[in-house]
Amino acid sequence: MATQNTRALARLMMAPSVGLLLIWMIVPLTMTLWFSFQNYNLLNPGNVSFAGLFNYQYFYTDPAFFQSIWNTLLIVVGVLMITVIGGIAIALLLDQPMFGQGIVRIMIISPFFVMPPVAALVWKNMIMHPGYGVFADFSRALGLQPVDWFAQYPLFSIIIIVAWQWLPFATLILLTALQSLDGEQKEAAEMDGANFVNRFIYLTLPHLARSVTVVILIQTIFLLGVYAEILVTTNGGPGYASTNLPFLIYRTALLGYDVGGASAGGIIAVILANIVAIFLMRAVGKNLDR
Amino acid sequence: MARAVSRRRTAIVTIAAWIVALIIFFPILYTIITSFKSETEAIQGFSLIPSGTIESYVAVQSQSNYFKPFMNSVILSIGSTLLALLVSVPAAWSMAFSPTKRTKDILMWMLSTKMMPAVAVLVPIYLIFRDTGLLDSRIGLTVMLTLINLPIVVWMLYTYFREIPGEILEAARMDGASLWGEIVYVLTPMAVPGIASTMLLNIILAWNEAFWTIRLTTTNAAPLTAFIASFSSPQGLFWAKLSAASTLAIAPILIMGWFSQKQLVRGLTFGAVK
Amino acid sequence: MNLRTFLLGSCSALVVAGFAQAETLTIATVNNGDMVRMQTLTDDFTKANPDIQLEWVTLEENVLRERVTTDIATKGGQYDILTIGTYEVPIWAKQGWLLPLDNLGADYDVDDLLPAIRSGLTMDDKLYAAPFYGESSMVMYRKDLIEKAGLTMPDAPTWEFINEAARKMTDREAGINGICLRGKAGWGENMAFLTATSNAFGARWFDENWKPQFDQPEWKNTLDMYVKLMNDAGPQGASSNGFNENLALFQQGKCGMWIDATVAASFVTNPKDSTVADKVGFALAPDTGLGKRGNWLWAWNLAIPAGTQKAEAAEKFVSWATSKHYLDLVAEKEGWANVPPGTRTSLYENPEYQKAAPFAKMTLNSINAADPKNPSVKPVPYVGVQFVAIPEFQGLGTTVGQLFSAALAGQMSVDDALAQAQDVATREMTRGGYIK
Repeated sequence: MATQNTRALARLMMAPSVGLLLIWMIVPLTMTLWFSFQNYNLLNPGNVSFAGLFNYQYFYTDPAFFQSIWNTLLIVVGVLMITVIGGIAIALLLDQPMFGQGIVRIMIISPFFVMPPVAALVWKNMIMHPGYGVFADFSRALGLQPVDWFAQYPLFSIIIIVAWQWLPFATLILLTALQSLDGEQKEAAEMDGANFVNRFIYLTLPHLARSVTVVILIQTIFLLGVYAEILVTTNGGPGYASTNLPFLIYRTALLGYDVGGASAGGIIAVILANIVAIFLMRAVGKNLDR
Repeated sequence: MARAVSRRRTAIVTIAAWIVALIIFFPILYTIITSFKSETEAIQGFSLIPSGTIESYVAVQSQSNYFKPFMNSVILSIGSTLLALLVSVPAAWSMAFSPTKRTKDILMWMLSTKMMPAVAVLVPIYLIFRDTGLLDSRIGLTVMLTLINLPIVVWMLYTYFREIPGEILEAARMDGASLWGEIVYVLTPMAVPGIASTMLLNIILAWNEAFWTIRLTTTNAAPLTAFIASFSSPQGLFWAKLSAASTLAIAPILIMGWFSQKQLVRGLTFGAVK
Repeated sequence: MNLRTFLLGSCSALVVAGFAQAETLTIATVNNGDMVRMQTLTDDFTKANPDIQLEWVTLEENVLRERVTTDIATKGGQYDILTIGTYEVPIWAKQGWLLPLDNLGADYDVDDLLPAIRSGLTMDDKLYAAPFYGESSMVMYRKDLIEKAGLTMPDAPTWEFINEAARKMTDREAGINGICLRGKAGWGENMAFLTATSNAFGARWFDENWKPQFDQPEWKNTLDMYVKLMNDAGPQGASSNGFNENLALFQQGKCGMWIDATVAASFVTNPKDSTVADKVGFALAPDTGLGKRGNWLWAWNLAIPAGTQKAEAAEKFVSWATSKHYLDLVAEKEGWANVPPGTRTSLYENPEYQKAAPFAKMTLNSINAADPKNPSVKPVPYVGVQFVAIPEFQGLGTTVGQLFSAALAGQMSVDDALAQAQDVATREMTRGGYIK
C-alpha cells in the first residue's frame, strides 16, 4: 500500500518537470523538423516551398561538414581533459590547509562568472594577441618571437579559452567531493604506509568517480554547443580549422538566414549529440549507480 | 619535528595555490585593471599599474544606464532560479528516493533537451514568442531561462539528494511521520545546503546566458548581457570601456560568489558527509 | 489585444500618466561613436517634439544585424527605427519591409545628399533609408616613415607603389610593419577589403550569368599580391586582425600604411588617442591602371520598418537625425571634427569643416570615386562595391573569407583557397537558384 502510494506520489512530483521539459523539447523540435523540410530563407519569406531532404543533403555536403564534426569532438575532448585533470589537481591542492584559502578559492572560481563573449574578447585581445597581448609581451621580454595563436593554433586557442571558463565548475564539484572523503579512511591509509600515489589511485580516484562523471556529462552538453567564443575570435577560420558544428549552423542560420538549412543542421546536431551521449553513458554511466 | 614539516608543507601549498589562483584569475584581474586605464593606455602593452582614471566608467554610464539592465539581470536570474527549483525539487526528490529502472534514462533524456543548438531554433522560438506576445517581456525570458537550466538543476539536486542516507527516512517512518512530514521536517533541512548551492550555480548560469537574453529582448527586459553587447567591438578603441562594462557586469555576481562561496562549498560537501 | 500589449499598456499607463499622448519610438542602432553621440543630443529633438519619447537599443554591429533582420523578417515589430547598412537597404526595400521616406520635411534638401550614397539607398526613385554617416576606404600613411624610405606618396597611388613603399618602410627590428590590412575572416571584415581591392585588379564575384569568377586570373593576381605583401610587410597575427586591431596598431605607430575605412581618419588624427596624430597623410585607395580603384562605399542609415504604427513620428526623427540642422548641432556642441561625415555635399563645402578635418577632401574624393552599380572593370549583375547585395552574400562571403584568411595564415595555398572558394560559391549560387 504504502509503496504504491509513494510511487504515485513520486510520479506526481516528477510530473511538472517532465511535462515542462517535454513541451520544451517537443515544440521546438517539431517546428525545427518541419522547417528542415522547407525551402525557407528568412530574407525571402514569400518563397517558401517543400524541399524534401534537400536541406539535409545540402548541409551534409558542405565542405566544412566533416571537419566541423571532428572539431566539435576535439573541443569537447580537449576541454574535458584539461578541466577534469586540471580540476582534480587544483582540487587536491585546495584540499590542503593553507593561508588565504577563501581568497584563493574565489579567484579560482571566478572565471565561471564571466560571460562567454566577454571572456573570448578579453582572451583574444588582451592575452593572446600577437601584437599587444600579454603573452606576446612576455615572449618579447624573453627574446622570443610572439606566437600568433589564432592563426597557428586556432582550435587549441579556443580550447584554452573554453577550458578556462569551465575549469572552475569542474574544480568546484571535485573539490567538494574530495572534502567529503572520509578523513578516517585517509588516515588509515596513511597509517598503512600507502604513499601519496597509491592513496590517490586506490582511495581518492574511485571516490571521485561519480563527481567526474557528473562533470563530464554536464560539461559535454554545454561543450557540444560552443560557438560564441569562435565567433568572437576566429570566425571559424583560418579555413575551416576552427569551425565546429554549432558555428556551421550559426553561419547557416544567422549569416545566410537559411532557416531550412539551419534546421536540418540542428536535427543533425541533435542526432550526433545523442550518439555521443549514448556512448558516454556506456563509458561512464555505471558510475552513477554507485 | 612533525610540526615543522607540516608548516613547511603548508607554506609550499600556500605558494603553489596562490600561483595557480593568480594565473587563473589573471584575465579577470587584468580586465579590472584595464577598466581604470584610458583607451590609449589600454593598448600600450603590458602594465599592471593603471593611471586610475574613471573616465571609462563615466563614459559607460553616460552611454547606457547601468541600473535598468542590472535590475533585469537580478530579476531574471533569481526568478528563473526560483521557478526552476519549484519544479525540480519534487522531481529530483522522487528520483532520488523512489528510483525506478527508468530514472537514469529520464535524467539522461532531460539533459538531452539541451542538445539542440540554440541558433538552430532561434526562428521557431522567435515566432512562438511573437505570437504569444512574449518578446521583450521578463516573464517570457524567465520561463525560457528556467527551461534551459532545468535539466542541470534536476541533475544537481538529484546527486545531492541521493547522498541523504535512507536510514533517516526509515527512522522517521518508524516514528509515524507522514510522507509529507517526512519531507518537510526531516529531509528538507538536510537538503538545504544542496539546494542552496544548486541555486547559486543556477543564478550564475542564468546571469551569464548571452544568447536568448539578447535575441528575445529589446528595451524592457534587456539584462546585462545586452548592456555588454553595446560596448563590444564598435569602430574605434573600446578596451577600457568594455573592461569597465564587463567589470560592472561581473562585479555583482563576483561579490555574491565571494560571500556565498563558503555555503557553496559546504553545500556541495554536505552530500557525502555521512 | 494580447497579454503583452495589455501588460505593457497598463505599465506604461502608470509610468507616463503625466504625458498621456506620448509616443515612444524604439530605435535600434549600432554602437559606433557617431550614434552614441546622437543619443546624448536628442534633447534638441524631444524639446521640439514633446509628444515623442525615444528608447534606444544599442548593440554591436553583428548582433544588431542578427536582431533586426530576425525581427523584420518575422514581422516581430519590436522596433520603429532601424539602423542598417547599405547592404541591407536594397534587399529589404525589395521585400517591401521598409517604408519609403516621402515626408522628410521641406528643408531636408534631399538633393544635398552625396549622389553615390543616395543612389545606393534609392529604388524606383524612392528613398528607403536616410544616411546617417557614410564612408569609403583610403590609404592612411605615416608621412615621417615614407620620407625616411625616400619616397613620396602620390594623391592617387598604384598598387605597385604601395607594394614598394610597404616593403621599404618595414623595419621589423623597430616593430614597424610597412602595411596593415584586414585579415580576420568575415564578409564585412577581410572580404570587404579584398572584394574592393579585387575591383582594382579587374576581378569580380560573378559574371553576368552569376557564374562565380574565383577561377579567373584577376582573382589570383589580387590574392597573390595580398598574401605576399602581408607576408613581407604585414604585422604578426594579420589573419585575425579587423578594423579595431589595425587601428590599435596604427595608433601605436606600428604601421607604415593602413588601407581602411575613411572614418578611421578622425581616430588616427585625434591626439588624445593616437601617438602618431600629427604624422598621418591620406591618399586615395590604390588602383592598377585599369580604371577602377579599390575604395568601397558604406553608409549607416536610418530606416523605418513597414509594420510600425508610429510611422509619422519615426519619420520626423529620421529627418532630424540626418538633417543639416543635426550637423550644425553636433558642430556647435562637440566641434566640427565630430560631425558625422560622408552624407551631405554642403558639409564638404563648409570651410569650417574643411579646416577642422584635414581628411575631408580625401574622404569626399574616395566616396565619389566609388560606383556601386558598376564596381568593377567588367560588367556585373549585382550592386555593391565591397559586397554583393544579395541575401546569400553574408554566409557566402564569410566562408570565402575563412578560406582567404587561411591563405594569409599560410595554412592553404592561394590556388587551393581560390579553387575551394569557387566550389563553395558555385554550390551556394546553384542552391539560391541564380545558376540554372
